[in-house]
Amino acid sequence: MSNPIFSGHARAGTSMDRLMKVLVPVKRVIDYNVKARVKADQSGVDLANVKMSMNPFDEIAVEEAVRLKEGKGHHAADTAGEIVAVSIGVSQAQETIRNALAIGADRGILVQSDTDLEPLAVAKVLKAVVDEEKPDLVLMGKQAIDGDNNAVGQMLAALLDWPQATFASKVEIRDGKAQVTREIDGGLQTIEVTLPAVITVDLRLNTPRYASLPNIMKAKKKEIATKAVADYGTDTAPRLKVVKVTEPPKREAGEKVADAAELMAKLKSKGVL
Amino acid sequence: MAVLVIADHDGSTVRDTTHKTVTAASKIGGDIDILVVGEGARAAADAAAKIKGVRKVLLAESAGLGKVLAEAVEATVLPLAGGYDAILAPATTDGKNFAPRIAAKLDVAPISDIIEVVSADTFVRPIYAGNALETVQSSDAKKVITVRPTGFDAAEEGGSASVESLTGGDAPGTAFVSEEKVKSDRPELGAAKIVVSGGRAMGSSEEFHAVMDPLADKLGAAVGASRAAVDAGYAPNDYQVGQTGKVVAPELYIAIGISGAIQHLAGMKDSKIIVAINKDPDAPIFQVADYGLVADYKTAVPELMTALG
Repeated sequence: MSNPIFSGHARAGTSMDRLMKVLVPVKRVIDYNVKARVKADQSGVDLANVKMSMNPFDEIAVEEAVRLKEGKGHHAADTAGEIVAVSIGVSQAQETIRNALAIGADRGILVQSDTDLEPLAVAKVLKAVVDEEKPDLVLMGKQAIDGDNNAVGQMLAALLDWPQATFASKVEIRDGKAQVTREIDGGLQTIEVTLPAVITVDLRLNTPRYASLPNIMKAKKKEIATKAVADYGTDTAPRLKVVKVTEPPKREAGEKVADAAELMAKLKSKGVL
Repeated sequence: MAVLVIADHDGSTVRDTTHKTVTAASKIGGDIDILVVGEGARAAADAAAKIKGVRKVLLAESAGLGKVLAEAVEATVLPLAGGYDAILAPATTDGKNFAPRIAAKLDVAPISDIIEVVSADTFVRPIYAGNALETVQSSDAKKVITVRPTGFDAAEEGGSASVESLTGGDAPGTAFVSEEKVKSDRPELGAAKIVVSGGRAMGSSEEFHAVMDPLADKLGAAVGASRAAVDAGYAPNDYQVGQTGKVVAPELYIAIGISGAIQHLAGMKDSKIIVAINKDPDAPIFQVADYGLVADYKTAVPELMTALG
């Protein structure tokens, strides 16, 4: 249909006849400024009475989704229509979702789980959420700063048979495709993926805003649906047994040197210069 | 037992990350095959065949593999997976990109960034940016693993494996657009033997570059920065060393005007030798430094430049 009238609500940014729906998975992790402490019984890292925050990479993903909706930066106006934030975790993960809502996500889904799911299980639950929500794009952090697996986005894309664009430092949406610049070893690679797709974001993509007080207040009224992992009927049984979690070898403070010349002499004697 | 190692290479030679991954594979045990994916990568496959302990090299080529697109690597590896008990790749950005995708297709829980092989099913990996080490035992029949190269010695040269060609897969939903390799004479931050990092003490972007660039050039070092310096706009974001930036482990790390926030320490504390230059004697960076120089960088760095000759 070439008559522009029939293109209906097509927007500058996409060739779709409706606005994009973006799903943003967010994880509650130990705040990046807090030092993780290993439990004495080596069963894991102590999370009791520790400040928790949204995984910093996920915050960047939420910010990018909101910019897609606002038409900020290089994004065309109204590229994204609805932003859904989803978190899998303990009931307090609701705060993390609220945080995403305060930045500008429209509604949230909490998939409650009292046990810490492995990345493969998380990817399977997210796939089930995607099957239900049918987003055009999943935008998420490249890794969580607790487990450092850097795996869920890639696995979600595989399970959905969608293309993936990982470690994004620039995202442009047009004509039903996403052009993504990726941070790779030694430089940048730009690829174009056909939507729907999974994009995982890296640090350079944007600097997330601070949520304003009015937006924090507004976020309190936004809807968060609560689900259980079991609702999705996926296999989330663990495949990995954590044998132990230990402290890395401690570094001892070394010696003080008097001046640059002494420092040079020491480094030369160590053979590093 | 047989292990497949997916090589990291530049088309003509294999990078030493591949040799290190072969060492990790040898600790798992069994025959080791290397898969070279690329386009016009015959020379790299021949180079891989010279690594000691390798049974055979498989060379898969296609346009998508030339750009190491994850979907193309997945399509190439899946038909081969049946013949292997473990699939290993170096934890480079490429390895991290395709390995979990392969794992999910095989319904296997991937094990990322291992630094030690305890046994054929048990591995040690850093979590919380190296603030803790996790030992995990996999119950999956097949393992998909990325290997942190700094955790292993490089396998020696001296092999003479055969090279077999096979059909490479492609990535239907993804198109390559362009590539921009950093054209710097300086080594890459993640792979550099020496890293010099500057902090907020520099006070401005001009000062940061005026102090750090000549020193880095003299040492043949990469330049890093603390998050505080990046947030203040003194250094570009990709310079950031720390939990949310790059995790580095060079032979020598020189922190200049960096106080040593936890965030930063997490990104550099595995460096072999750490030097700290800071005018505040109580700066936390001194607690991890092998050599500490309590001095204003404004005097210390010029002195260091002179001493370097």
